[in-house]
Amino acid sequence: MDGVAPLFRMEGISKRYGGVRALEKAELVVEAGSIHAILGENGAGKSTLIKVMAGVVAPDEGRMTLDGREVTFASPGAANKAGIVCIFQELSLVPELSVADNIVISDPPKRFGMIDRKAQRRIAEEALARAGAADIHPLALVKDLPLSRRQMVEIAKALARKPRILILDEATSALTAADVSKIFAVLKRLRSEGLALLYISHRMNEIAELADQCTVFRNGRNVASYKAGSKSDNEVVELMIGREYSHIFPPKRAAVPATAAPRLEARKLSWADRLHDISLTVRAGEVVGLGGLDGQGQRELLLAFFGVLRGLSGQILIDGKPVSITSPSVARDDGIGMALIPEDRKTEGLMLPMTVRENLSFAALDRLSNAGIIDRAAEQRLIDDMVGLLAIKTAGLDIPVGALSGGNQQKVVIAKWLMRQPRIILLNDPTRGIDVGTKQELYQLMRKLADAGAAILFYSTDYDELIGCCDRVLVLYDGAIKRELVGAEITERALISSALNIHGEESPVGLGASV
Amino acid sequence: MKDWRVKDWRYWLAEQRGTLLALGIFIVMFVIYTSNHPAGFTANVVQTAANKGVLLAFVAMAQTLVVITAGIDLSVGMIFLLTNCLASWLVVGTPMQTALGVIAVLAVGLLCGAINGAIVIYGRLQPIVATIATGAVYYGIGLLLRPFPGGSVNEDLADALTGRVFGVVPASIVVLLVIVLVIWVPFSRSVLGRAAYAAGSSETAAYMSGVPIRRGKFAAYTLAGLLAAIGGLFLTFFTYTGEAAYASGNSYTLFSIAAVVLGGVSLFGGKGSAIGAIFGALAFRTIGDLLFVFDFDPLWQPLFQGVILLVAVSLGAFALFRVRNRLEWFL
Repeated sequence: MDGVAPLFRMEGISKRYGGVRALEKAELVVEAGSIHAILGENGAGKSTLIKVMAGVVAPDEGRMTLDGREVTFASPGAANKAGIVCIFQELSLVPELSVADNIVISDPPKRFGMIDRKAQRRIAEEALARAGAADIHPLALVKDLPLSRRQMVEIAKALARKPRILILDEATSALTAADVSKIFAVLKRLRSEGLALLYISHRMNEIAELADQCTVFRNGRNVASYKAGSKSDNEVVELMIGREYSHIFPPKRAAVPATAAPRLEARKLSWADRLHDISLTVRAGEVVGLGGLDGQGQRELLLAFFGVLRGLSGQILIDGKPVSITSPSVARDDGIGMALIPEDRKTEGLMLPMTVRENLSFAALDRLSNAGIIDRAAEQRLIDDMVGLLAIKTAGLDIPVGALSGGNQQKVVIAKWLMRQPRIILLNDPTRGIDVGTKQELYQLMRKLADAGAAILFYSTDYDELIGCCDRVLVLYDGAIKRELVGAEITERALISSALNIHGEESPVGLGASV
Repeated sequence: MKDWRVKDWRYWLAEQRGTLLALGIFIVMFVIYTSNHPAGFTANVVQTAANKGVLLAFVAMAQTLVVITAGIDLSVGMIFLLTNCLASWLVVGTPMQTALGVIAVLAVGLLCGAINGAIVIYGRLQPIVATIATGAVYYGIGLLLRPFPGGSVNEDLADALTGRVFGVVPASIVVLLVIVLVIWVPFSRSVLGRAAYAAGSSETAAYMSGVPIRRGKFAAYTLAGLLAAIGGLFLTFFTYTGEAAYASGNSYTLFSIAAVVLGGVSLFGGKGSAIGAIFGALAFRTIGDLLFVFDFDPLWQPLFQGVILLVAVSLGAFALFRVRNRLEWFL
């Protein structure tokens, strides 16, 4: 660092949103040819930091230098031109446009003033191949692709812009394990080509595999920078949350006897070509995990229980009695008492511009009203209970829920359903993109609800969560349950080998490391 | 790379579905119309139908540009009237004067569109509110220009553009084709056009990708003004007069929205093409003609137009019956 100016440097960067300090004199040095991991809880300032770098927000004070020269970016376009390209956590793809249109969107190739479609096609195919996603058709509309494919398109799009500094903000959160290993190979190749990569992730194993340098943020400041591998995971997590990091998962209880009557049961559920003959049981007091690679039918299975899918064959039984669940409103009714915490809280969980109060009461409005008139006092009591129970941090109940942090938004989604005291709780990857502290609270809450008698079916893409939280795990592959793991059988090795549908106990060489 | 040829074709078809559906509806209705027309499928019948159809086609094209950006332009009908009134003053005299008049009329259309765009984009007003207000202003100016129907137009030019080329092809259709080639095709393939689509589909994603959203939307509104003015010119060519007819302006605005929807353009933005809207407009116009050949009382026309519009739009909604995941209803 001394003598030669680093590729990019940020000094004394501060940013306030209203009264909240998002960044407070933050510093960052980025070197070419290295992968730099940024760690920190949500709200630690990571997102604001990269938004400043990528020209999305202007800092209140501080300076940035690129190649030793001071720079300011008025827009994301300006940052792109300077060679700083960011893959945001919230995808920046335009749904109605094709994959190829999206890849070249910031700077389409032109001929006679019009977009040169042949050149565009060539660039798109090259970029997809570079990102290891040559199987995606360049003319497919982005809205028709599943989330994990979209993320690959996002990465291809970033590469097509020939970046010098590439920022990946939780860019692997929706990827399948196979895609992650492809992307890691791509990132390592880019590093050897001299790019600087900033890598933001909540997944410690990914950081351990990729990063050369790590910087930890806390409360808007960089609190530590160190060479990757020089600190243990526990030390790093302590730096991040500033407190002792232990017992992240609550202790499990003695197993619910297998003879107990199941609260929720599925018999030979099949739907389209996505679910095949799924039979399972969940008993009261149990946390049952759904494992496997992303997109193997887990989401569809939860939607099937919740009455969203049409043309479902097979049987669903509640407390041993067959039921016909034809819509979410039937699913949540008292006889069934089901709640679904959806995957995408922004579209399926919350009405972002509406207030925290309104969002909390939606699912329980029928219980809180007499002849269609909402009983404000009863509503307030229940809301107070929930805000207390879940420790939701909000400046007030009457601010838009969109103003809360991701973790607190997720708490609102959960609280909304707990207001109905559900007997069956379906969770669809509820901890995606939320911080360690909130995750820990959610794990404890889940156990508490199970202890209070709820039956919980929990899908997670994070194997640690399945190991730490679940009494049993059902591993799905291609829409069918391939394996059931009980108690001590739930290990990373067992989860991975069954997720990849590999029989036998020995983990295949090389695969374990890449997941 | 890969051999995608077979799949390419399918993606193309999926993209053009709305346009092809509108074309299909139009052809079916037009065939029914001409086969029941006393004169049959003759150059005269086609010419008359074309001249009525292109007016709405131009206004619908204008509407398409704005709707693609997820906006709506409730002033297109009024720009259409204003330019009609203006043309009835200016598009007269020697060929030179006439040419200057045409240019002036088109420039006024561009200006009206640009004002809409500036208010919506830089003033950050809702498109629906902004264009109701500007539409009233444009109508007001039109009324001041022509308090009573009147004026005139260069009849040589008018007759040439509303007549037939080579004795068979309606000149108005040729002009429509030229306008598509000169305005729509370049726009839809330009960076600004793509920015308009991107802004309509997901403005945040477009912004994050460094797309020139503002310029794209501004271009869409401005060109919409121009297209409405071309429609206004043609109205003058057909009627030889200018008239600030309030009801007519309003119905053109509403019919343009109907035509756009018939043509497979999504009111949510980001999807559709002006070609589809043109067929939507021609189909919509044919509804009225159908009633004529079947000897219905003209009183029935609005009712029938409404019913046929409902049926046609429902065709596009049939896909919803096949949805097996109820969440897709809301996409």
